Amino acid sequence: MHAEGGTLGAAAVSPAAAAHHEHRDDIGSKTGMWLFLFTELLLFGGLFIIYAVYRHKYGTEFHEAAHELNKAMGVTNTFVLLTSSLTMVLAVGALQRARVAESLRWLGATFGLACCFLVIKFLEWSAKHHHGIWPGGEHLHAMPPGEGMFFNLYFMMTGLHGIHVLVGMGVMGSIAARIRSGHVSPSRYAALEFTGLYWHLVDLVWIFLLPLFYLTN
Amino acid sequence: MAESKTGPAWTGNYLQDYGRRRGLMAWLTTTDHKRIGLMYMMAMFFFFTVAVMLGVLIRLELMNPGMQYVTPRVYNSLFTLHGVIMIFLFIVPGIPAVMGNFILPLQLGADDVSFPKLNLASWYVYIAGAVLALTSLFAGGGVPDTGWTFYAPYALRSGSNVSLAVFAAFVLGFSSIMTGMNFITTIHRLRAPGMGFFRMPLFCWGLYATSWIQVIATPVVGITLLLVIMERWLGIGFFDPARGGDPVLYQHLFWIYSHPVVYVMILPAMGVISEILPTFAGRTVFGYKAIALSSMAIAIVGYMVWGHHMFTVGMSDTARRVFSILTFLVAIPTGIKVFNWMATLYKGSIRIEPPLLWALGFVFLFSIGGLTGLVNGALATDIHVHDTAFVVGHFHYTMFGGAGVGLFAAMHYWWPKIFGRMYNRKRAIWAWGIFMVGFNVLYFPMLVLGIMGMPRRYADYLPRFHTPELISTVGSWILVSGLILMVWNLIRAIKHGEPAPANPWGGTTLEWQTTSPPPQLNFAVAPTVTTGPYDHTALRAAAAKEAQ
Repeated sequence: MHAEGGTLGAAAVSPAAAAHHEHRDDIGSKTGMWLFLFTELLLFGGLFIIYAVYRHKYGTEFHEAAHELNKAMGVTNTFVLLTSSLTMVLAVGALQRARVAESLRWLGATFGLACCFLVIKFLEWSAKHHHGIWPGGEHLHAMPPGEGMFFNLYFMMTGLHGIHVLVGMGVMGSIAARIRSGHVSPSRYAALEFTGLYWHLVDLVWIFLLPLFYLTN
Repeated sequence: MAESKTGPAWTGNYLQDYGRRRGLMAWLTTTDHKRIGLMYMMAMFFFFTVAVMLGVLIRLELMNPGMQYVTPRVYNSLFTLHGVIMIFLFIVPGIPAVMGNFILPLQLGADDVSFPKLNLASWYVYIAGAVLALTSLFAGGGVPDTGWTFYAPYALRSGSNVSLAVFAAFVLGFSSIMTGMNFITTIHRLRAPGMGFFRMPLFCWGLYATSWIQVIATPVVGITLLLVIMERWLGIGFFDPARGGDPVLYQHLFWIYSHPVVYVMILPAMGVISEILPTFAGRTVFGYKAIALSSMAIAIVGYMVWGHHMFTVGMSDTARRVFSILTFLVAIPTGIKVFNWMATLYKGSIRIEPPLLWALGFVFLFSIGGLTGLVNGALATDIHVHDTAFVVGHFHYTMFGGAGVGLFAAMHYWWPKIFGRMYNRKRAIWAWGIFMVGFNVLYFPMLVLGIMGMPRRYADYLPRFHTPELISTVGSWILVSGLILMVWNLIRAIKHGEPAPANPWGGTTLEWQTTSPPPQLNFAVAPTVTTGPYDHTALRAAAAKEAQ
């Protein structure tokens, strides 16, 4: 959806109108993009409500369970993701200044950092999986309800976040291709800008996930 | 792209093919808001027909005490399907997807919505959700039997095909969000020159408030429904008391969406009524700003009243009181609208035409629905009527008598614009009369039954409920005959109706300034706006000139 951001406004062109004028409304497209980001926030919002309810109910168990998480990996991942937001901004800025090759390099760096994030996440998850801590896993099933709740929330929330990282990487790939083909260009950079907005949201959600899960003890 | 049939010289309308593609492919790949609106209409009326038949079956089983035609389990599936299809496939997309898509850009004086491709995508997502919902009937564990609310913990345990049905609702939510984002952006960006927010027709205001609710409320139920699937699949236990979870939390999250969504159903219908009444009263609407802002007030306050669905689940008294007071507050903007509509008719030059009759039917039925809603919203009386047939009667008065009748009113109002043909006036009025009688015979006994103590969702009942149940079932047959006559009359008009002029009703909003049916790009000359939306002076002057 966001990948289409830049051209959505232009899509108002119908065959008869195309010959006369190009309908392009960057402000309109941006309005749509912000509304979309708003729905994303609310999607995570539902999970944050559930987290708040059960943290209130199972405060002690949450503290206990949080010991199991690897703080070093969580903090490293935070730096990785924050840096990727920086490289994303640099990619947008470079394209706005008509430095196409530089923009592509920064976009590549963002993509690489996103990969790095997912690799670290994968290592964390597989370590937990190894110990049978996994939704439906035997160890998690045997835990006291509050701790089980903590880990189930952990997997659901970081899982949904991880899916957003993956989608973001897919979008970056397609945007890179469209920059190369000239469809996204210094005079028409909205699609890249919107990818950036989306990516910052992914980053923002993680900034809340880190203290809620890794730092609660 | 340029062909003989494109370009400003081409004078065809949107129903005729243009460009490269012809026939079915031209429709399936169109980004024209008018065609997408019609595609929604065809799909929705298919599902509406199915759900009406299910409803008739439910009534048939309830005609006599004891089990006659279906088993209790099948009965559970019947009302679940009736609810899921009516809510998610018919009323929620309802007026916005059909009439909003068709009329909104016309009323704003725009060529199309802001994101035409997204608009088409939303139709495909809707169809995908519908296919998933239909698949859930035939695949796997059998037809879902949880009721349309999918309450935990039963929805977590039921052996029926709940996961697929829930996923279908999730997908349909996406379609709804896409439409909402599209309309908000369109209203902000594509109003004709001179059309400030307070010169917008009230139907657009209704859609604007609706779209915000769609965008704000839908994601929450989206994630909740996904969690129900995860719960069934992996046993994550968020809503499962056996694993330390809380089923009441599910109800909260569900109603945080599903209460605001009843305003998604009703606000566009209120917008339709606000269009029809000034047109047939031949005067401007009374209290334009009050009606416009009350739509927003309903949307905002309506977001915070979800707890009134849960007065009996064991919430704290403080929460119950707050939710009850807020529920009563929603009645205020609703009352403002009803009184303004009545004031609009006062001293108007009223012409009795089918759209006006449907609109008045809306006001009558919705008032009953709204007032019985307050019985549910008051803490003490709710204990008595909670989960009884009274609630079923109440929400059918609001949803069907409100949103459904609002859609029928809109169809009778804009049908000549959409197809360029007039339907038979006499038949339309007969259909309206039969429908109104059938409606009240069908649903009023439910209110009585509920107060007598008949629970909802029960397949069987005590003999003392027999008479009202029988009356109600007879009502369902009358109502369906009215519906059949109405639909037949409208469909017949597409082929055999008299050609419609551009402005058959004497409407003042922009959609009446273009031809019927509109050309592909809506307006031959882009309109500009210099007055409020319901200024009849120009029309009256023209009529006086003609009379001379």
